[in-house]
Amino acid sequence: MRLTKHPILEFKRGREVTIYFNQKPIKAYEGETVASALYANGITTFSRSFRFHRPRGFFCAIGKCSSCMMEVDGVPNIRVCKVYVRDGMMIRTQNSFPNADKDIFGMIDSIIDRFYPHGSHYKKFNRPKALRDFVTKQIRNFAGIGNPPKAVFDEKGRYEEIHTDIAIIGGGPAGMSAAIFSARFGAKVTLMDENPFLGGQLVKQTHRFFGSGKHRAGTRGIKIAELLRKEVEELDIDVRYETKVFGIYNGIIGAVERDKKLLKIVPKKIVVATGAYERTLIFENNDLPGVYGAGGVQTLMNVFGVKPGNRGLIVGSGNVGLILSYQLMQAGVEVSAVVEAMPRIGGYFVHAAKIRRLGVPIYVSHTIKRAIGKKKVEGAEIVRLENWREVEGSEKRIDCDFICVATGLSPTHELLYQAGCQMKFVPELGGLVPVRNRFGETTVSGLYVAGDVAGIEEATSAMMEGRIAGLDCAIKLGYGGDEAVKLRNEIVRDLKEFREGPFGERILAGLKKVEVEA
Amino acid sequence: MSFIQRGYLEEDELPPKPSEERLKKRNVAYIECPQEIPCSPCVESCKYDAIEMKNINDTPKVDYEKCTGCMRCIKVCPGLAIFMLRLRNGRGYVTIAYEFLPTPKKGDTVTLLNRRGEVVGEGVVTWVLPPERNEKTALVTVEVDPALIYEVRAIKVNV
Repeated sequence: MRLTKHPILEFKRGREVTIYFNQKPIKAYEGETVASALYANGITTFSRSFRFHRPRGFFCAIGKCSSCMMEVDGVPNIRVCKVYVRDGMMIRTQNSFPNADKDIFGMIDSIIDRFYPHGSHYKKFNRPKALRDFVTKQIRNFAGIGNPPKAVFDEKGRYEEIHTDIAIIGGGPAGMSAAIFSARFGAKVTLMDENPFLGGQLVKQTHRFFGSGKHRAGTRGIKIAELLRKEVEELDIDVRYETKVFGIYNGIIGAVERDKKLLKIVPKKIVVATGAYERTLIFENNDLPGVYGAGGVQTLMNVFGVKPGNRGLIVGSGNVGLILSYQLMQAGVEVSAVVEAMPRIGGYFVHAAKIRRLGVPIYVSHTIKRAIGKKKVEGAEIVRLENWREVEGSEKRIDCDFICVATGLSPTHELLYQAGCQMKFVPELGGLVPVRNRFGETTVSGLYVAGDVAGIEEATSAMMEGRIAGLDCAIKLGYGGDEAVKLRNEIVRDLKEFREGPFGERILAGLKKVEVEA
Repeated sequence: MSFIQRGYLEEDELPPKPSEERLKKRNVAYIECPQEIPCSPCVESCKYDAIEMKNINDTPKVDYEKCTGCMRCIKVCPGLAIFMLRLRNGRGYVTIAYEFLPTPKKGDTVTLLNRRGEVVGEGVVTWVLPPERNEKTALVTVEVDPALIYEVRAIKVNV
């Protein structure tokens, strides 16, 4: 399942190590996550669901969905898509007996509805009390997530206080751009990211970007990530890797660095550029291992060089779905079809044309009805839609061994909410987004947003938003003078022009609802 | 049904075609980019002012007389929507951006596909710009039946 040759990417794998999956040794390479190492060894079931013991695998591969939790070195409920392999690591499947692949409690799922419909245990077995106590205990025995940790945490906690001009949360295209453009004018910047690398989701974008040359169009996403990373390194920016921000309290940021060190960051300005996470779609069996977010597959395939399967069905024809289809083919994976619920292709025509001329059918006005399979995806059924209703008898079986859901993203807005920003639900921007001015400053003074967290768009506009927010922070702190003001206004103009076409209409309609005067 | 429902262009949706004399002179860029999207590297790459675009969201229009066939635009187009066309000695030549493995070699016979992914014949590779010379996007010229220069839009390397 590991890719060795790729037309665009080169996979540099680290030292070979051995990890133990349910006590069975398997080979892995340093630098890859546990999830991808398991996947490369053909292991797709990571645990069982907490009530009905349905098989679970990963969905998003970037630490947002919590579907890939396993027991790692005795500690339960670890997201294995975020944990990197180490020699001798002990990985165990959880919520199952004897293991997640062959879980005897799995039969609960197939029989429970026949005798005890969902939720009926609240009404049944209530009397007498002795029966209730006994049944409750038994139910709790096989419901729940993971077992209590067997290992005791014995690291000594550490603490650091950081005073800085601008604290940036998120090291993707928006965060890095904000850091670069404010540091260029002399601001002291602290950039935090939860990953051990910068780049955010750019690291899996192998295609050339759209936009204008000034904003790096025609360059591949992976190359842009590299260029930005280099610039961050050259400027005197304090980068904190593997740092998870857990809260913003009156302008002070609380974070944990590498699971060991507590950070208190006291900045003058904050830029939140936390990006987005993938939405799922409701259909029968959508929780089977083998149903992935499109980005999850990109991570597995383009970052770690592991094939997600042999034949995929893509649900959603936005740019993400179309680009992913092309990337799958580049990795030697077949794409059986792209389905789109709308009566037209959602993404750019040129992306659709690229896969269409290689023979991939695109079914508009179609959606997925169900995934077929017991322990993993073995096929799918699609159905035609008329006025958004399923047309009876139009079901079609699609031969595939995985399904990618590419039906959109939602902003990772939690920090903004917690910090007290005024939020609004704007469907055009993908969900809950903060009210802000045209430079990205929210209703909390000194707190800025940039990139997908401010509304789902794409990487080019995220970089522009990051630059604008970074520059505005620097200007307000007295850096840069007229030159910075000129540059900021120029980018605001570029961004406006960028959004003027038909594809920007939706974004502009959304921005109308949340943008206030600066 | 329009191209945005199908994912390919029909004959009547194609951009204006260059004259036969022009096609016989040298390569000419043929851009199949009918949708208004914010993208302009082709215009920026053109040194001969042959591509016109009012703003970044406009569709590109090629002045076939100004185009010299230098291939700068096809090298950078992120949509892989540009094709170089040529007629010579009664044969047709189509240059396609190619990002798959293996990269074909000069002299190879490849399967020709149209916009719908249907096989329309076989062609011989006459020129290849190796991927390492263009940020991993190879350019491949195939010799085809002259009637097929507006048909052939992809190749499949036979392994």
